[in-house]
Amino acid sequence: MHMFGYYLELAMRSLKRSPGLTTLMVLAIGFGVAASMTTYSVFRAVSGDPIPWKSSKLFVPQIDMWGPGQHGGDREPPDALDYADAMALMRDHRATRQSAIYLISPSVIPAGAGRSPVQANGYGVYGEFFPMLDVPFQYGSGWSADDDAHQSAVAVISDKLNQQVFGGGNNVGRTIDIEGKDYRVAGVLADWNPQPIFYDVMDTGGYSSDGPDVFLPFQRAIAVNMTNSGVNECRDSPAEPGFVGLQHSNCVWIAFMAELDGAGAVQRYRQYLDDYARDQQAAGRFTWSPNNRLRNLPAYLDHMHVVPGDTKVSLLVALGLLIVCLVNTVGLLLAKFLRRSGEIGVRRALGASRSAIYAQFLTEAGVIGVGGGVLGLLLTGVGVLGVDLVLPIRLVGLARIDPALLLLTVLIAVVATLLAGIYPTFRASRVQPAWQLKSN
Amino acid sequence: MTVHPILAALRRHKAGVSLIVLQIALTLAIVCNAVFIIGQRIERLNRPTGIDESNLIKISQAWVGAPSGDDAASIEKLDALQRTDLDTLRSLPDVKEVAASESLPLSGIIWSSDISLSPEDKGLTAQSAYYYGDEHLRSTLGLHLIAGRDFNAGDILHHTIRSTDVSPVIIVAKPVADKLFPQGDALGKTVYLDGKKPSTIVGIVEQLQTPTTASWGNPFAYNSVLLPVRLDGTSASYAIRTRPGREQAVMHEARKALLAVNPMRIMPDAWGIQSFSDIRAKAYRADRGMAILMGTVCLILLGVTAAGIVGLTSFWVGQRHRQIGVRRALGARRIDILHYFQIENLMIAGIGVVLGVLLAVGLNLWLMAHYEMARIPLFYMTAAVLAMLALGQAAVFVPARRASNVPPVVATRAA
Repeated sequence: MHMFGYYLELAMRSLKRSPGLTTLMVLAIGFGVAASMTTYSVFRAVSGDPIPWKSSKLFVPQIDMWGPGQHGGDREPPDALDYADAMALMRDHRATRQSAIYLISPSVIPAGAGRSPVQANGYGVYGEFFPMLDVPFQYGSGWSADDDAHQSAVAVISDKLNQQVFGGGNNVGRTIDIEGKDYRVAGVLADWNPQPIFYDVMDTGGYSSDGPDVFLPFQRAIAVNMTNSGVNECRDSPAEPGFVGLQHSNCVWIAFMAELDGAGAVQRYRQYLDDYARDQQAAGRFTWSPNNRLRNLPAYLDHMHVVPGDTKVSLLVALGLLIVCLVNTVGLLLAKFLRRSGEIGVRRALGASRSAIYAQFLTEAGVIGVGGGVLGLLLTGVGVLGVDLVLPIRLVGLARIDPALLLLTVLIAVVATLLAGIYPTFRASRVQPAWQLKSN
Repeated sequence: MTVHPILAALRRHKAGVSLIVLQIALTLAIVCNAVFIIGQRIERLNRPTGIDESNLIKISQAWVGAPSGDDAASIEKLDALQRTDLDTLRSLPDVKEVAASESLPLSGIIWSSDISLSPEDKGLTAQSAYYYGDEHLRSTLGLHLIAGRDFNAGDILHHTIRSTDVSPVIIVAKPVADKLFPQGDALGKTVYLDGKKPSTIVGIVEQLQTPTTASWGNPFAYNSVLLPVRLDGTSASYAIRTRPGREQAVMHEARKALLAVNPMRIMPDAWGIQSFSDIRAKAYRADRGMAILMGTVCLILLGVTAAGIVGLTSFWVGQRHRQIGVRRALGARRIDILHYFQIENLMIAGIGVVLGVLLAVGLNLWLMAHYEMARIPLFYMTAAVLAMLALGQAAVFVPARRASNVPPVVATRAA
């Protein structure tokens, strides 16, 4: 410990002696680390598990209702379900919890006269959606299976909509005007907008800074003809007009999520899907053998490519920059250390061991790493704040600075610089004491 | 000057030389790919839409309490609401023309399908985006009609997006006409939009980009079709052509006028009334951002590499101070010393760029395999190589000149 203080003093003195070179190395490390950490903060935000405690139990069933070669060129079934299949899965109810999900955009009229109506984005879901996804409530709760069955006029609203319509507070039990009809508020959500929006990747592309504002019972929304406001993909044009025509078609527009506990349950559900498809084949609706998928949430998000390619390429390029900065630092440290061959020779001749030289020069590298880390912290801060300017709108606000990111920044700067210092230090420790004394 | 002494000297600095070579190679590989990405993005956001973008406004709004049924009475009511809005907008000062217009290029909202030559939907098809609108659509957007006729009031249907009705007449953009009728005789021909009922091509417009800029839309980026349909729904969109320079005024007046006619509507600031320049900025925000990000990384990269060359060369100059003095004392001119370091750098950078080109190609191939990326053209490679060599020369100049300033008298002093 005593020697470390001495090495630190030596390092500071040496660094002060060549301020240009020192600044250069600190700048390189600082910029390299900051670029990497800034792009990493975006990558971390978009690639994170939105529900880590449960994602391995959540599954997305896909059924091929279009037949071979109809969805792109691959053998993948469509990314969503049509109405008939989604309803069959709901009816059979083979999962612990499950919900069909579709995007709606009803207008909502705030309570009290003279307030402008607002457009609320939300979903038609089943009551099990809320406990299945551990959706947090500020007041009240979701609705029951009974409400689903009776198409009850109940709604769950976001905190934001609660503010807009009622001015906040516990409004469970009060009436809210949604698309011209009265609904009873069953629950008010706490702040909830997980990213990626894993329960509806198809419509959202995975990210949106605006969370859902309203949830209605799926069958209630269907019954009042609240049309789907998201993506629909069709193999054939619907034969009948209107929203009913869409429901009778094999166009896909419904997201689906099922909770399955344990490998056995997953296996049984897989079997169930295949049996279902085989039944459809027997009934003549499918003219191909079962082609289903049952991916768990992480696999499904990967399949849907929710992490934008640009985000990955940016991170890669920034890591490349960091590597160049490190190569640069190795070169500069080498120059800096070998320039002091004389000093090393004298120290060695006076009895300093090789490991002492190692300790001294690695300390010096470490000091540069800390300097680069501190600069990197500042630049990462600027970078994360500024990166929103260059991100697509749906990703704005996702990248955040937190203690973990800051710690990682300094850690990477120091470790990377120490690694960069190993070879130059090794070369310095090889300096022969006698030779240096002679030549001087 | 022979290169032999340079090689001999370089052999004594293997580690330093290897590091500079490596750094130049990596820098070249990354910069080359990053600059290519920038080039591609700039190319993307310079693509023409085919419409006259200046003095154009899009209004999107939804009525509150409008009928949501698909029955005929509801549809008539919705259409009446829309026609009232169109008349209101048309009567505003500074408005040249107004059209019912479901989507615009770059707006992201797209309805698309395969157009076929036969009802069975087999054989030659063209995936196309549909632009629904009334008889003012083509002229409001400023589309150039190159054959046939425009829609007239008698052509216009009105129904919901989920109707099974098919328009008997359509106008197609030239790429659609060329794809389905390579002989160039598309005008007057019959095609099938839904595989059931025929539509006749009555007009051809020169160019019209589809509403999406997403990568899945790239294969049919200019396959657009105009349908003479005023789409009825609880929401409706309009395109407005204003008098030059009056965009902002019309945006303000339009909001006031529409709310005066019917206050029960949703028309938020974010997407209710937008100028086309706003729509363009939003559509290409990600591409512009990626270009800026790549540009920033390139600048840092080049700066770091240049600084690295300056640093290491300065060290070598310092190390060889005495040798330089000896050479000067033996008759070498200052220019010889300068050239020595310049040629040395050229040799190092030369090895670096050869290695760098290989790395750049490798990185490019890898990016092509995993992401949407095209092959880097030779032009970019050549430019990057020349830029790296120039960077090396620029970076070495300062230390090399310092070396050339070493006086011959140094040779006589003790090291």
